[in-house]
Amino acid sequence: METPKALEEILETLELLPDPADRAQMLIGFADQFRDVPPDVATRPFSVEHQVPQCESEAYAWAVLQTDGTLTLHFAVESPVGVSAKALATILDQGLSGQKPEMIAQVSPDVVFRIFRQNISMGKGIGLMGMVQAVQALAKRAMTR
Amino acid sequence: MTTTTIESRQYVHPEVLASTEWVAANLQNPSVRVIESNEDTLLYPSGHVPGAMHVDWTVDLNDQVRRDYIGRQGFEALMSRIGVTPETTVVIYGDKNNWWACYAFWVFQLFGHTKARVMDGGRLKWQKENRPLTRDVPSYPVASYKAPERHDTPHRAFRDEVLAYLKAGGQLVDVRSPEEYSGARMHMPDYPNEGALRGGHIPGAKSVPWARAINPDDGTFKTAEELRQIYVEDQKLDPTKDVIAYCRIGERSSHTWFALKYLLGFLNVRNYDGSWTEWGNLVRVPIEK
Repeated sequence: METPKALEEILETLELLPDPADRAQMLIGFADQFRDVPPDVATRPFSVEHQVPQCESEAYAWAVLQTDGTLTLHFAVESPVGVSAKALATILDQGLSGQKPEMIAQVSPDVVFRIFRQNISMGKGIGLMGMVQAVQALAKRAMTR
Repeated sequence: MTTTTIESRQYVHPEVLASTEWVAANLQNPSVRVIESNEDTLLYPSGHVPGAMHVDWTVDLNDQVRRDYIGRQGFEALMSRIGVTPETTVVIYGDKNNWWACYAFWVFQLFGHTKARVMDGGRLKWQKENRPLTRDVPSYPVASYKAPERHDTPHRAFRDEVLAYLKAGGQLVDVRSPEEYSGARMHMPDYPNEGALRGGHIPGAKSVPWARAINPDDGTFKTAEELRQIYVEDQKLDPTKDVIAYCRIGERSSHTWFALKYLLGFLNVRNYDGSWTEWGNLVRVPIEK
């Protein structure tokens, strides 16, 4: 299973930080870069069809198929305490947008454990994996178009 | 968002709650120390109440080797590090409707630090009110704190006590989700299974999921009348008799312990922190589904 180069570079950078506090700072940096889904893609109230199951941060995901056959990912995170979800959304956007659906569809949800490691909390893991699964599902849907 | 005042809710011990307004007005009060305690480790460094110190339940409150809590020396070191003396009023808040704040509050009571309050509504309410957050980590002069030896008896129940207690028909409250209570699942919805071999509940335990005590919109506690309806009227729990609450590892049940003991004034409430990860693995203990 191949990890797209941009995502792999982010993962490797995070893995250079064994100290959980340093890793937390980097993850918060990603959360700070979070960009809400643009209004030309979706506006509130969002369709439940795009809501990430099991994500307590009330995250939503979209994948827009570009003319070159690649996907651009967009997210919304509605909970004011959804810092981890925003960090992951940014990483998925930076690491996967611009890739073909076939490539995105084969990214494993386990990637969240490489990203968060010690900074994953008990309840967050499944919700964050749900975000990756939601992106996988969007990519698979795009493959059928 | 409209929130009733703590004073209007008719709690038996309203002094254990602090409103967000009170906390905001006491950020510079040297006799008050605000503490954040969360499940999500990214939250405190991403922004916290100005002046708040961080207490991590896994690192700061739990023994790092065996399944137990820190001892006297560990508690003294923690309080000294966060600049708390026995005279300091600590106000604890956190994520998940103060679930971990109540857990920290409960551990503090094992050492008799009664000058403790929980910020009503927790982090959610503070943020929804657009109150300030900062990433500046404060430092306070190391304080001198002499703690007594940890005294578990009034607040904590152990498995043999629970076994004897259920045989005597004691009141038990299972605060987990209905699916965990019924045995349909052995972990919280959306959480990984953390190792219980059997599902179900302790025989005779009443099922009252912990979050029923909370107004979900702002994380504040329900009024005493609403809480009394849930625990006393609907579940027939007698406030004058002993009650033991449990969940999976004792964190959610510390939230219910707080509500029963302080908000409703139940006379003797203990938290069985061994909870289902212990009971569901014990050989030959009774289980109901």
